[in-house]
Amino acid sequence: MQDFGDAFGLAFGLILTGDADLAEIVALSLRVTLVAVAVSCLIGFPLGAATAILRFPGRQGVVVAMNALMGLPPVVVGLLVYMMLSNAGPLGVLQLLYTPTAMIIAQCVLVTPIVAALTRQTIEDMASEYDEQLRSLGVGPVGQIGTLLWDARFSLLTTALAGFGRAIAEVGAVITVGGNIDHVTRVMTTAIAVETSKGNLGLALALGFILILLAMVVNGLAMTLRSQWMARAYG
Amino acid sequence: MVDLALPQGAALASRRPILPLQATGLSYATTQGTWVGPVDLSIGAGGVTVVLGPNGAGKSVLLRLLHGLLEPTSGSVTWNGRTADRDARLRQAMVFQEPVVLRRSVAANLRYALRIRGLRGAALREAADQWLDRSDLARLARRPAAVLSGGEKQRLALARALCGEPEVLFLDEPTANLDGASIVSIESLLRTARDLGTKMIFVTHDLNQARRIADDVIFMASGKVCERAAADAFFETPETPEARAFIDGGIVL
Amino acid sequence: MSGKLSRLFAVAVAAATLLAAPSVVAADRFIIVQSTTSTQNSGLFDHILPLFEKETGIEVRVVAVGTGQALKNARNGDGDVVLVHAREAEEAFVREGWGVERFDVMYNDFVIVGPTAGPAGIAGMSDAVAALKRVAAARAVFLSRGDDSGTHKKELSLWRAAGVDAQAASGTWYRETGAGMGTTLNTATGMGAYTLTDRGTWISFNNKADQAILVEGDDRLFNPYGVILVNPARHPRVRAVDGQAFIDWLTGAEGQRAIASYRLNGQQLFFPSRIPGRPNT
Repeated sequence: MQDFGDAFGLAFGLILTGDADLAEIVALSLRVTLVAVAVSCLIGFPLGAATAILRFPGRQGVVVAMNALMGLPPVVVGLLVYMMLSNAGPLGVLQLLYTPTAMIIAQCVLVTPIVAALTRQTIEDMASEYDEQLRSLGVGPVGQIGTLLWDARFSLLTTALAGFGRAIAEVGAVITVGGNIDHVTRVMTTAIAVETSKGNLGLALALGFILILLAMVVNGLAMTLRSQWMARAYG
Repeated sequence: MVDLALPQGAALASRRPILPLQATGLSYATTQGTWVGPVDLSIGAGGVTVVLGPNGAGKSVLLRLLHGLLEPTSGSVTWNGRTADRDARLRQAMVFQEPVVLRRSVAANLRYALRIRGLRGAALREAADQWLDRSDLARLARRPAAVLSGGEKQRLALARALCGEPEVLFLDEPTANLDGASIVSIESLLRTARDLGTKMIFVTHDLNQARRIADDVIFMASGKVCERAAADAFFETPETPEARAFIDGGIVL
Repeated sequence: MSGKLSRLFAVAVAAATLLAAPSVVAADRFIIVQSTTSTQNSGLFDHILPLFEKETGIEVRVVAVGTGQALKNARNGDGDVVLVHAREAEEAFVREGWGVERFDVMYNDFVIVGPTAGPAGIAGMSDAVAALKRVAAARAVFLSRGDDSGTHKKELSLWRAAGVDAQAASGTWYRETGAGMGTTLNTATGMGAYTLTDRGTWISFNNKADQAILVEGDDRLFNPYGVILVNPARHPRVRAVDGQAFIDWLTGAEGQRAIASYRLNGQQLFFPSRIPGRPNT
């Protein structure tokens, strides 16, 4: 219990003094994860909605694959993306390894299946209710996807937050493709890993508390905006 | 005062009409049996055609077959001799028993339908405003559609269906779940539509409503069309025993 | 929080994160050094690299993984320089054409750490091989890196010299963590187990609890570090010129002085090799 108390105190101290290293790490964590979630949503929302309403051969297999990929192990994703971006790999010419961009790519691979699978379920639940009316109005499949996604926007925000949670907390993917380079690719989770390996358990725990606090702030902000948005839309 | 004849309406009149609607050997069957058919009928322009009959008669299925929401297992549907295409689709509309409103404002719901039909800018806004006035929803224009009462939602669904100036409007028991006041306002809006020249094909099981609004009646039982006549003739002297039983029974099924 | 305020806050957070993050791509000159956790975690790089960067304007980005992984990454061309401590593996790396030439950089030594009142009774010994024989005989819990690192290879050579097939006992008293030095030390503290570590990592390690250095001073515990330029003939994108500049500095007078001047808790962790710039001494 004394260790917890020390860690809390350490965390407060770092935040209150506006520690520069901490600010840098927090900023990079947010930047990598928020961009990754945004890109994953751009891909996952229409992909999930299309799978929900279109009928095509092999659809059931796609649904199963989407759901299964939600459980992709981050360390495996890290390895696969590393192999792609490595100088010995097909995309080595892009020189993306050990940059924040590589970390964003890895987190996209992790988060897109989550967004797509949850979106598919949400849209599928809505689709039967809307189907006849939209077809009657003359809306084609593409239009239906757009309309359903917009009408589902509050649920989709929660889906995006689920993706955010997965990404901000993972270390296996970003540490392999980012290299945990100080001041370049070090984020909250990899910083915690490094401090743990140095035996600085108190500092590692303090960083962990700050990471949890960060996640709570982002979620709290998102939910506040969501309820205001809903109030405007529902009255 | 807004001119009732919209530019769009004028364009409609100058284009080839999609009526008469013709069903030939139309039937719909699933593994559970034959819901409808075979049905042969022709519906021409003018007034309100009520499709009447007891529950399970296949009225709603027939409506969906005619509107193109269901693919018939045999037979065909033609619009003025042509098979249904996108142009025919955009000149029809349908209102369902349960209104489906989009999660946006009342006015945005109307604008959604108008945009699909190609309206933009000032023309779109004018058309939306006009139908908000006609359906007495103007004061609710900016309200989220989801908070409307059942009757208001159905009025919105109807306004949304009509704002595109359809040539044919299908209605599947639109007032079955509504109270008296709402029924009055819906039927009033329907009269406005009829005066503008919209053909209405109206499914109901409510005998009294049918008496109020029908110009001609298609009576269905067990998936087939039993009888077809002008409204007065049908209600005075029904020819088939099923129709007679339905009218005499007077029970709202 | 009121509507406008929270929206403003959200925009501010978004803007801050997008703008405040380091502009990595904008760095003009940098090299990537694949190295080990002992050099990184001990704080050596934090001490010497700024001196190099100030003099040459070349940023040094260190990827600190185990020796095995560092060499593997370098074989893939994902580094410009390797700095590790596994002599045989380094020489194989050069022999197979992946590296240009190996230079001595610095050295320190390995130590065996464990519980002061441990079951094997090896405290104060200076014969590492005899100490390990006692550990095996007592079947005392011993943690191995098990990850093909420099430390791991050294440890295995000591077991060989002791005539003990430790890996056969893997899972019983001999446990392989497959992890870095820091993680292994954390586990050793948690289990009260013996393990082999380099002195630099041990001194900078902050979770010692009841563990201490028990065995030191054996010549066989000598731990030399070597630096190699990744071969640009095999990987054309290697930053050979800047990489060589780093190696020249590191093995030259300034780099060697910088290494010697690094202290942690008053102790010197790394000792510069005595003949800078001459290969394979």
